[in-house]
Amino acid sequence: GRARLSHSDPRGWDGRVGPEEEVEEEGWHGLYPGHIRTSPLQKALLAAGSAVVALCDPYRHDMVAVLGETTGCLALPNLRDKMRHHPEGYRILQERPRICLSTLDMSRLRELPDGSLGREYVRFLEDNKVSPDTRMPPKFVDDEELAYVIQRYREVHDLMHTLLGMPTNMLGEVVVKWFEAVQTGLPMCVLGAAFGPVRLSARKLQVLATELVPWAIRSGLNASCVLNVYYEQRWEQPVESLREEIGIFPPP
Amino acid sequence: CRCRALLRRPAGAPQALRGMAAGPDMHFGFETVTEEERREKIYQVFESVAKKYDVMNDSMTLGIHRVWKDILINRMNPTPGTLLLDVAGGTGDIAFRFINYVRSVRQQQLQRKLKHNQNLSWQEIFESYQEGNSNSLGDSQVVVCDINREMLKVGKQKAQHLGYSEGLSWVLGNAEELPFDDDNFDVYTIAFGIRNVTRIDLALQEAYRVLKPGGRFLCLEFSHVSNPVLSSLYDLYSFQVIPVLGEIIAGDWKSYQYLVESIRQFPPQEELKAMIEDAGFFKVDYENLNFGIVAIHSGFKL
Repeated sequence: GRARLSHSDPRGWDGRVGPEEEVEEEGWHGLYPGHIRTSPLQKALLAAGSAVVALCDPYRHDMVAVLGETTGCLALPNLRDKMRHHPEGYRILQERPRICLSTLDMSRLRELPDGSLGREYVRFLEDNKVSPDTRMPPKFVDDEELAYVIQRYREVHDLMHTLLGMPTNMLGEVVVKWFEAVQTGLPMCVLGAAFGPVRLSARKLQVLATELVPWAIRSGLNASCVLNVYYEQRWEQPVESLREEIGIFPPP
Repeated sequence: CRCRALLRRPAGAPQALRGMAAGPDMHFGFETVTEEERREKIYQVFESVAKKYDVMNDSMTLGIHRVWKDILINRMNPTPGTLLLDVAGGTGDIAFRFINYVRSVRQQQLQRKLKHNQNLSWQEIFESYQEGNSNSLGDSQVVVCDINREMLKVGKQKAQHLGYSEGLSWVLGNAEELPFDDDNFDVYTIAFGIRNVTRIDLALQEAYRVLKPGGRFLCLEFSHVSNPVLSSLYDLYSFQVIPVLGEIIAGDWKSYQYLVESIRQFPPQEELKAMIEDAGFFKVDYENLNFGIVAIHSGFKL
């Protein structure tokens, strides 16, 4: 049988269909496709377990995602409120845009001038061999709007890399996590920022501590909420101008 | 009280019957589905859990499943020369234990024979060694039959890795319709598999058919805990912890949710005993392990 949307928000929280969403969700009883209802005890166990696994094996992205969802109960409503009180953020919440290969016109973005957000984003994806379709859909968030907020945060993560000019190696990821921790307050970001560096060499740690982290923190504090930017409408805008507008200092 | 909320089966009232597809209503965990849908869904569950099956078994049961399986083989007490059919035997746990057991029994047999024959000529002793070497299992054989390709694949890899080759065969087959002749096997086992069979009555009839007269049926399966205190604790653990373990270790909540629900849906000890008797088995009996969390049912074809 097809997935039933009758007992969920009629808006359907994802406006379009990415290739991964075409798989029908048989008999889901949650607030959105993929939602799994959990008791407080289960959430606590999930948070603890995913934290341990994510620390031991940082490549378990699914565990990082689960950790974010199970610990975000304070930070996510906060973020959602910030979005609601901002005109662009509010529009994003209404229109629910998604950043995935089916909604992006990659060839058009590639043809944009160098230095524009779209061109640099595509360059980042190609240089680091990543795709916007690898983000985990949320499962354990018990509010469908908050589920969208965390999904948006995940999809915007690659744009953060682009705006901060950081690659996807361990060092770059840690820097972005520091920035995101300051920006969003998500415990998962804070934990990632605090524990990520344990796997770095001494030399990298030094660069991290003396230059990159202070810059990331300063930018994070100075910048307005990054989820309040409708990136899909700003592909042509030069990265530097967007940085200035948001309040991110130029990378060291 | 909050405790009760934790013990209550999680949200998901059985869905309305769907589809005009053939087949009566059946359960898939706490959902209601058609027969065909159930087979498909169960196939998918095992396809997805196959690689982490053993790890998950160890985590969920804290390694105790190994003891349960050891006890099953102990109850079987096979002698060398036994032909065993292990149905839903996927990753080979029963098969490997069977081989170890008959091998050690065989060893003991040979040693006893040697001790007896202290006054043989050196030539006769040498010959008996030759015999011994090519027959460490004493002609025992085990056929592992499973409906799921992925599980068989994992089983074969394990066998290779652990060095099991002699006396072992792997067959893709359905417990409800076995690809074997009548009156073929000495023992039939199904360990933690019968719960996933859609038509248990058919599987039992097939078991009866393929066993030789005098053959034994053994079933190891999760069952019902009658003690109310233990039952509550068991429910709490099953519903609160096991799906979480599934998500953390295997990245698969849903399959393990299905697992704990399917245990609750499975017939309790006496009912299963009656079903086994219906299939024609005699001297049907069961033994509870761990207060009924698991039970071994046994019957004979006479």
